[in-house]
Amino acid sequence: MESAPPILKVDNLSVTLDGQQILNEVSFDLNRDDTVAIVGPNGAGKSVLFRALLGLIPYTGTVTWAKDVKINYIPQRFTIDKDFPLTVKEFFYFKTKNHKTIFSALRSVGITDEHHINHHLINKRLGWLSVGQIQRILIAWAIVDQPNVILFDEPTAGIDVGGEETIYHLIKKLKDEKDLTILIISHDLNVVYKYATSVLCLNKDLICFGAPADALDPSSLKALYGEVTFFTHHHQHK
Amino acid sequence: MSSPFILQLIIGGIIGIGAGYIGAFMIIRRMALVGDALSHVALPGLAVALLFNVNPFLGAFLALFIAIVGIWILEKKTNLPSETLVGIFFTTALALGILLTPEPELLEALFGNIGNVGQFDLYVTLPIVALIIITLILISKPLTLSTISKDLTRSLRVPVNAINFLFLLLVAAIVALGIKVTGTLLMGALVIIPAAAARNVALNFSRYSFLSAFLGGIAATSGIVIAHQYSFAPGPLVVLSGGVLFLVSLLFKQ
Repeated sequence: MESAPPILKVDNLSVTLDGQQILNEVSFDLNRDDTVAIVGPNGAGKSVLFRALLGLIPYTGTVTWAKDVKINYIPQRFTIDKDFPLTVKEFFYFKTKNHKTIFSALRSVGITDEHHINHHLINKRLGWLSVGQIQRILIAWAIVDQPNVILFDEPTAGIDVGGEETIYHLIKKLKDEKDLTILIISHDLNVVYKYATSVLCLNKDLICFGAPADALDPSSLKALYGEVTFFTHHHQHK
Repeated sequence: MSSPFILQLIIGGIIGIGAGYIGAFMIIRRMALVGDALSHVALPGLAVALLFNVNPFLGAFLALFIAIVGIWILEKKTNLPSETLVGIFFTTALALGILLTPEPELLEALFGNIGNVGQFDLYVTLPIVALIIITLILISKPLTLSTISKDLTRSLRVPVNAINFLFLLLVAAIVALGIKVTGTLLMGALVIIPAAAARNVALNFSRYSFLSAFLGGIAATSGIVIAHQYSFAPGPLVVLSGGVLFLVSLLFKQ
């Protein structure tokens, strides 16, 4: 059966930064509407992969996106001080001044109370929000101009576990509502099993790629994290 | 009130507004100290301009331009943090400037003298400050956004490096102009203080940047008026006025 053309085709992607090889000949294809989790230990090149896919850093090999893609990116690091005088409204105004569109994006990330938005959120400084709130605003900001691809770098960094569940829940909800291909860097393999349609394991080389249940076999987990995996969890009881 | 004094007020006010507005962006980009140190680089340029009888603004701007490009290149080639580079480059420039500047003009170069401005200075100042403000308004979105995240901004296909460079050129231009008002040693203050005060008071960015420009204008003009009244040097009083405005802003801190 002839399948639809991939939304992203990556061939022999290698990245060397400051004389150090970060990614080595990584190749994979992504299909439209996939939710792809990218897993791997710290320093495995996950964020670098995103930056290469976005064309932000030099690389060798080829990265080919489908012609109609509109990609939005949520990076890992933000510097929003409490003192930064930028309100939520002004942040959205960078993309659109249409309040209907902004409210609809906020609704999609679970901020539905219009009274709350108008009186407590929209004119608040971005830096005054909690990490979880900022995360939701960033996701809303990422979807407000209707992308069909979102690259999401470690959305759970700095959020407690309770909040973590909801962010992934949100992403799943978004996907159910819209035509979206999502690439998400994740540390939590449970989340990968629960929400991802495929998983891409990275440790400089591409270790595995496929449906989570097939791809994450013991040998690829070992290649990713060494002997001790997330599943062999030892306790010392005294 | 004589017309040369009115001219001083107008020129000082325009420069204050420009410095305040650009300062709003420098503060959020955590460039407060860069602005301060950068102003010292103007001194050798000023000295060379004095020695060869060229317009001091051009000399100062050229020195600042060379410094900015120098830092730009060194940062890329050596991987030293720009803080270190700024520290080395700018103190060296100050030392060189002090040696080169003819003694009678040294005090004026260091602390400014708006007293000797002429009509021609207005014709130079007004269009340059207008151009600075218009350019800043045009690039304000990527400037602000790249402060939050450089990668995010670049992912939106914004040429962040080019915009940063353009921004530094604007900083150089306002510093070169401002030397007339406060001198090379104190120019950093005219850029930093109004923005720091505005940030205490304003909740959102549009009010913050407007207020910063406004306070810059107020600091400059009130300093010049007080200096005129009591026959002090205007430069230090402009900075002191800014300091007072900052203290007052603390009372209204958000």
